[in-house]
Amino acid sequence: MSWDIALILSADGMAGAAIYLLAGLGLVLVFSVTRVIFVPFGDVAVFAALTLAFLEAGRWPPTIAMIAILAAVTVARECVALLQAGRANRIPRAILGWGVLPLLACLPAQLLAGHALPPLVAIALSLLLVLPIVPLMARLVFHPIAHASTLVLLVAALVLHFLLSGLGLLFFGPEGFRTQPLLRGAVELLPGFLVSAQILLMVGAAAVLAGLFFLAFERTLIGKALRATAVNRVGAQLVGIRPEWTATLTYCAASLLAGIVGILIAPSTTMYYDSGLIIGLKAFVAAIIGGLSSYPLTALGALAVGMLESFASFWNGAMKDVIVFSLLIPALILRSHFSHHSEDDIEEEEF
Amino acid sequence: MTAKNKGLIAALVVLAALAAVPWVFGSFTVSLFNDIGMATLVVLGLVLLSGVAGITSYGHAAFVGIAAYAAAWFNTELALSPWLALPGALAITGFSALIIGGLTLRLGGHYLPLSTIAWGLSVPLVFGNMTMLGRHSGIADIAPVSLGGAELLSAEAAFYLIWVAVAGTAVFCLHLLNSRVGRAIRALRGGNILLSSVGANPFRVRLTLFVFSALLAALSGWLYAHVNRFVSPAPFSLHASIDYMFMMVVGGMNQLAGAVVGAGVVLALKNVLQDVLPLVSDHAAQIQAVVFAALFILLLQRARGGLMGVFARLADRLPGSGAVSGAVPAAPLADPLPKRAMPPKGTPLLEIGAVVKRFKGLVAVNEVGFDVRAGEMIGLIGPNGAGKSTMFNLITGTLELSGGRIAFQGQDITRRSQREIALMGMARTFQHVKLRPQMSVLDNVALGAHARGHSGFLRGGLNLDAAEERRIYAEAWRQVDRIGLADQALHPAGSMPLGTQRLIEIARALASDPLLLILDEPAAGLRKPEKKALADLLTRLREEGVTIMIVEHDMDFVMKLVDRLVVMNFGTKLFEGAPQAARADKGVRAAYLGDAA
Repeated sequence: MSWDIALILSADGMAGAAIYLLAGLGLVLVFSVTRVIFVPFGDVAVFAALTLAFLEAGRWPPTIAMIAILAAVTVARECVALLQAGRANRIPRAILGWGVLPLLACLPAQLLAGHALPPLVAIALSLLLVLPIVPLMARLVFHPIAHASTLVLLVAALVLHFLLSGLGLLFFGPEGFRTQPLLRGAVELLPGFLVSAQILLMVGAAAVLAGLFFLAFERTLIGKALRATAVNRVGAQLVGIRPEWTATLTYCAASLLAGIVGILIAPSTTMYYDSGLIIGLKAFVAAIIGGLSSYPLTALGALAVGMLESFASFWNGAMKDVIVFSLLIPALILRSHFSHHSEDDIEEEEF
Repeated sequence: MTAKNKGLIAALVVLAALAAVPWVFGSFTVSLFNDIGMATLVVLGLVLLSGVAGITSYGHAAFVGIAAYAAAWFNTELALSPWLALPGALAITGFSALIIGGLTLRLGGHYLPLSTIAWGLSVPLVFGNMTMLGRHSGIADIAPVSLGGAELLSAEAAFYLIWVAVAGTAVFCLHLLNSRVGRAIRALRGGNILLSSVGANPFRVRLTLFVFSALLAALSGWLYAHVNRFVSPAPFSLHASIDYMFMMVVGGMNQLAGAVVGAGVVLALKNVLQDVLPLVSDHAAQIQAVVFAALFILLLQRARGGLMGVFARLADRLPGSGAVSGAVPAAPLADPLPKRAMPPKGTPLLEIGAVVKRFKGLVAVNEVGFDVRAGEMIGLIGPNGAGKSTMFNLITGTLELSGGRIAFQGQDITRRSQREIALMGMARTFQHVKLRPQMSVLDNVALGAHARGHSGFLRGGLNLDAAEERRIYAEAWRQVDRIGLADQALHPAGSMPLGTQRLIEIARALASDPLLLILDEPAAGLRKPEKKALADLLTRLREEGVTIMIVEHDMDFVMKLVDRLVVMNFGTKLFEGAPQAARADKGVRAAYLGDAA
């Protein structure tokens, strides 16, 4: 391998790392606040990418229908639950929150779809369309078992992936899409070493978003509430933080992050309805390197995963995913070596 | 008719019905039954692993695949007969499970499931990209299994092979659950500390169980290769692992019978949907995937006990099916288990020398030292935050010392693990009771005798441990009787009030034939009559010569019982001597009542 190739691969690796960084942050966020290992993260990213591709092609995005169905099911379920609990007076609120609000997010896309849209508008519409998906799904799937063990939640999350990829196939069809790059051209970073502007955009966006993420967490009251819930759910509840509210907020943030990941990755990788799991799992490898709790270590893990993937695809394209997953082995060995054998973390509950 | 007989008759009826299947149905249905049988093998392993022991794996379809590919390769490339390929297929699968389990089972919680997801995705990818395994087109023309010269080519012939394997495996699993190792497996959810405290090695129990369940998957894979005579990557995908898990949850994940029920219902439903959905829609396959996923999520939310759980609830409603009632079987007669030699009365049994424990900046225990002599009852007391619990954890090996030395029976145990110390004859109870609520009182107590038996996994599963089990249960009965619970021995431990649960913990500790019994706040949360029952039991035990150390917060309770008291405050030893002297000691009074007293 020559230096030129190594540089090109590194640039690709950085682009991958940017994706896994954002996805990894989302996963760690969701896990720490809700204990859900959110495997379907990648599926939501795929929905964003496919929605954008449909909008670019001047087609009506089937995401709208999907959200309408999801919202209808959620509202129905909320109403039944409220009636059973004898709190019918809260039904209008539930309809507003779980029905009207998600549909409002669909409204701009519904009005504008089919026209030739400027790229930024199409992106904004796609992000807006994807935003309600995770909160609605989580309300349907995770909320009723919020107190179950991590393992039950993980099973549910994995099954949700299969549900989402099934829905993806139904609504978007089996063909793959690539979207228009946001920036064209290339920048000469070193003499003779050109990096495409799209890669720079990905890395830059990831860095800025990760920075914002950090600031939001450290400096804002909402961020502090989320951190408090992550550290101690009961304690947070005692000081007036409603866990349902923090969970919904977290899922909104995850949805947005997933949407951004999808928008960033779609111009360089062809996205199919089932591309999500691999993206999510690679981000997991990064998150596991970070112990599912440390954001800086997750960033480091994302870098390792991105680089390894890029070089592995040069050596053996077919096996690159296997090579990336094998990064888990040293990560787990290190973790088991350094983890002080935590007392009793076995959960008593069924499963 | 006892429950055991009922179960036996039910099993015989099911077997007879199964034996008739090839005579009644056509080849298509028999093939469906074959698929159900092969899936049942995998799900049996999952029930033990996930349902009973609480370890989730998403890699079991990959284990099936490894064995299937190994069998296919041995047969087509090396021309080995299927029977010769079987040990090879099992060995390769078992070895890969050993490595994955070894890497991840020591880590808590979600590391194993997450790594098995990666594993479950990777293995089919490897199959699909290896030229020697035929890449995505797989390996064809695998020989069928032959038995006594006859090739089992037809679905009907394979049916008996598969279901004999299923029945044999089910019987093995059933015996296993009721063995010494099985008790440890059932107690795994209670945590590492509980298992170590009875001298079991939780990591080893987990690893053996994980490898065993992978071997069951391997058996299924071997059958798959030789029955279908063709392997390709698709049936071993991550999705297939989820399907196995779905079967487990549908059937009822903590019941062995749930494995066959779940596999049967799910595969039959799949078959029906495959016939019906194409009539309704062009997207039949997608809709089926979505419907199954949605059903799975609903099950997780509404009925995690599965169909067996529903059956059990229905059965409970039938008249005359009270949980455990009426005559309690008498204690079995058996040779008593070997006992340890008791040290002579008055010799130092436990020597604690200037022990220090620091948690970062905080010194929780500062140079505390005292002895416990054989045959005495000693109390370690002190107000909240005195360092008693830390001291308890240091002695039992749950925490590591920062300085000082502890010797038990003259041997240095400062660096020994909790399990090694337990094996030497120190038995403990827990401040927050650690009983397995679903297991009977008797089984909980029998768990205490774990280290006094030797039967392993195979002996347990093959039911060769009957003699030893009788001796263990005789001991457990003796201890249950000692705490006066013989008439409730078969009730689930979780149904007992707290005071009784504390007594059961003592019985469990006694079942290990301890030299030293060490109790962590045994009176905490007890009502007055419960305290009296506990005190009576402890007095009786001391009269029988058991050495007891009580770590307690309740001064009154200890005062009346013990021969000697050690009082701690702020991590240091305040006083050591007779209870009456402690009452008079100024320092002790100041510590308990404040300086003004």
